[in-house]
Amino acid sequence: MHNYTIAELIKGLQNKEFSSVELTQHFLDRISQLNDNYNAVITITGEQALTAAALADKRLASGDAPAMCGVPILHKDIFCTDGVRTSCGSKMLDNFVPPYNATVVENFARDGAVMLGKTNMDEFAMGSSNETSFYGPVKNPWATDSVPGGSSGGSAAAIAARLAPGATATDTGGSIRQPAALCGISGLKPTYGRVSRWGMIAFASSLDQAGPMARTAEDCAIMLNCMASFDEKDSTSVEQSVPDYTASLGNSVKGLKIGIPKEYFSEGLHPGTELAVREALAELEAQGAELVDISLPSSDLSVPAYYVIAPAEASANLSRFDGVKYGYRCENPKDLQDMYCRSRSEGFGEEVQRRILIGTYCLSAGYYDAYYGKAQQVRQLIQQDFSEAFKSVDLIMGPTCPSPAFKFGAKGDDPVAMYLEDIYTIATNLAGLPGMSVPCGMVEEKPVGLQIIGNYFDEARMLNVAHQFQQITDWHHQAPEAV
Amino acid sequence: MNWETVIGLEVHVQLATKTKIFSAASTTFGATPNTQACAIDLAMPGTLPVLNKQAVNYAIMFGLAIDAEICQESVFERKNYFYPDLPKGYQTTQLEKPIVGRGSVTIQLADGTEKAIRIHHAHLEEDAGKSTHEGDLPYGMSGVDLNRAGTPLIEIVSEPDMRSAEEAIAFAKKLHSIVTSIKICDGEMSQGSMRFDVNVSVRPAGSSTLGIRTETKNLNSYKFMEEAIEREVERQIDLIEDGGTVAQETRLYNGDTKVAKSMRSKEEANDYRYFPCPDLLPVLVSDETIEELRQALPELPDARQNRFVSQYALSDYDSAIIASDSNMSAFFETVAKDSNNPKLAANWVMGELSGSLNNAGLGFTESPVSAKQLAGMVVRIADNSISGKMAKQVFEAMWQGEGTADEIIESKGLKQVSDSGALEKIVVDVLAANAVMVEDFINSDESKRKKKLGGFMGQIMKASKGQANPQQVNQILLQKLNELL
Repeated sequence: MHNYTIAELIKGLQNKEFSSVELTQHFLDRISQLNDNYNAVITITGEQALTAAALADKRLASGDAPAMCGVPILHKDIFCTDGVRTSCGSKMLDNFVPPYNATVVENFARDGAVMLGKTNMDEFAMGSSNETSFYGPVKNPWATDSVPGGSSGGSAAAIAARLAPGATATDTGGSIRQPAALCGISGLKPTYGRVSRWGMIAFASSLDQAGPMARTAEDCAIMLNCMASFDEKDSTSVEQSVPDYTASLGNSVKGLKIGIPKEYFSEGLHPGTELAVREALAELEAQGAELVDISLPSSDLSVPAYYVIAPAEASANLSRFDGVKYGYRCENPKDLQDMYCRSRSEGFGEEVQRRILIGTYCLSAGYYDAYYGKAQQVRQLIQQDFSEAFKSVDLIMGPTCPSPAFKFGAKGDDPVAMYLEDIYTIATNLAGLPGMSVPCGMVEEKPVGLQIIGNYFDEARMLNVAHQFQQITDWHHQAPEAV
Repeated sequence: MNWETVIGLEVHVQLATKTKIFSAASTTFGATPNTQACAIDLAMPGTLPVLNKQAVNYAIMFGLAIDAEICQESVFERKNYFYPDLPKGYQTTQLEKPIVGRGSVTIQLADGTEKAIRIHHAHLEEDAGKSTHEGDLPYGMSGVDLNRAGTPLIEIVSEPDMRSAEEAIAFAKKLHSIVTSIKICDGEMSQGSMRFDVNVSVRPAGSSTLGIRTETKNLNSYKFMEEAIEREVERQIDLIEDGGTVAQETRLYNGDTKVAKSMRSKEEANDYRYFPCPDLLPVLVSDETIEELRQALPELPDARQNRFVSQYALSDYDSAIIASDSNMSAFFETVAKDSNNPKLAANWVMGELSGSLNNAGLGFTESPVSAKQLAGMVVRIADNSISGKMAKQVFEAMWQGEGTADEIIESKGLKQVSDSGALEKIVVDVLAANAVMVEDFINSDESKRKKKLGGFMGQIMKASKGQANPQQVNQILLQKLNELL
């Protein structure tokens, strides 16, 4: 059953080939047998899952159940789950149990999806390798000496290892797409505002966006149907009706104009990755799509702008973790200052502290204009690049990240090398555009991701093209040997 | 040397919304600590703010009331600093693009002159919670109450246009009058609904450059404000005259102990690292909204004062006092209309009633004597049923809840005797019983006679048990005495 896609599981559930309880138990068993190999899941909610599965079976029996009813999934531990620890991968929240659900969690619960547990992640979603988690690194199922990518590395690895057919994730600078690429699965970061941020622990509020991860584009479409909603509790959520993302999956790609930005095929790109991506593009061309060379001239500014804006917002977003109200408080503080300093120094890991310091510095009196002000101007330029490009093309494609999964510790001493992992993904967050990664080849026996960037709210077209690509390729069906 | 005082005010006004500025928690004052703080107010992870539209409308109404520009696109920013009663570690406020731009407030001074005080801007923001260092907390810990956290505020920032404590108080009172008149604030200063930060500097008279200022924060009464300003002015002048310089600093004034002290110097000031809040969209205000709010804006104190003069023929002085307080105005208007005697109504509302309420620490909306009751009594004064002196007894009884004026007049037998036959008999009897006084009156010269009339009046009122109509008695008495001359 664990090799089924979500679409196949839905058929199986609706045709009574198996019950949700059986399915849920199967995945729970897999998690308990295999998770130690990958450390992808950090909280298992077995009892709750089986209760939810039994309820889902009743709804399924009534014959009028939503698509996701009875399908087991995992939630990234960044989403608040009522009564279930939500740590955000941090010692700071190791003891935090929220009294509310994130809207994303609520939406899946509403449709009867079954939560198996919570996935590991880089601490506060800050990282591209899942090495910054308080709960230890996640291992890539394709090569356990290598990283799964981050920050949604737990979700990606869990899907690659068939511990769940789908999982929720978040993407601030590439945290859905890069781990999806490195773990050989599909992942979509929707348009900013498409999915509610309520109950999703903030890293950089103007960039954070939740999205689905699954093995196929079709599964992502099914999950996005459930996830996406306008939410009055999130002022940046966009009041726009949610289309049925599965409805247009079958459309032909004939005549589709695909922009290929030259900046995404430059220095630093692994030749094997480039080859795989070019071959994938050739496949689409063979199906009748038109490849158009384009330029996104401000691309090289996206990483520096991002590493001003994201830390600046994070420095304020993480101020609430002060040891006063919830979360970690140091032992025996001698006064208020001591409580603040030690609670935060002991509760946050190194990378989180580094970004808080960078952000605080960028916003300081005398530096604001040179850093934060400038970065916002760059953000505008990047938006303009994209809006110019979308005048002549329907989608933009290129590599998701520069190279396949690297070994643990390979970039640990060099934060800038780590930051460059997201060189192709960050610009879409700065522009608020949707981006996706689908498996498109193998290099050194590790997966390569093809990135698909769409115009605002054009997720249906991206999913359609990704689905069509998966009809003529089978990279998304390949499994790591150990699985 | 002569010194000139320069004062600017920053006034925090709590808006009278039912719920907080970014959450649905109640803003009611005085609840058990932390019972009115929801997940958003507690800054639980993943929670997000949603702007309260009523707070925005109230801010716009204030802007309209002071004839200010309304910014059609204002922006919330984060003001970053750590404090236990600031749950998010930043205050959501406005800086670069506040909702209310430049405006002006006219104050009236004791000598009757008027002065315009310019408003630099007013912005929307959230209040912080409260830290408490008292009570039964173990190990010398401090407590945090987040009930107030997230209460909507407008902060009104004046230009340094005031030149004395008197002007500052007049300005503060005028703001109080405006915000309570348009009903965007309950005006309860003792509950912290209005709080004042006072910027004070001094300079040689005639100088046009500003001296170094200090800011005294969080004053919540006019009296404390006056004391704080006067002490600070004196301190600064002494300091400069002794050859020192004023340090730019934030100060605190304790109204109970009358002690002012430095809280932090300019060097210790926080770098607040303001930046636009990414969780909130810019606040867009349409022309239609502004026009709707302008149409619905309740009467402002200045307009009301003018109306009281024309509609009720009150003096400038009386109408200014009454019109400055919207609750007092409403009370007065009911009494005036129901009694059809605005002058008497004004006297009683401003005099006996205000005094009693003040002593009891009550507001006009909490008055034990209703406006209808007071009107009933005014009618009885006007138709001579009771004297002014009796009215005080009636008022006292109404205050104690003994009924309407008519009921009390009846039960206490307070009815004034205005029957001329009965009064004439009393006067004749008193004159007959006081032959010596009458003889003395006749033998006195004209100028002394007037004084001696009082003696007869006293006797007559005593004989009538205070119920004789004094004007009538006076007439009859003069007539009878004249007959004897």
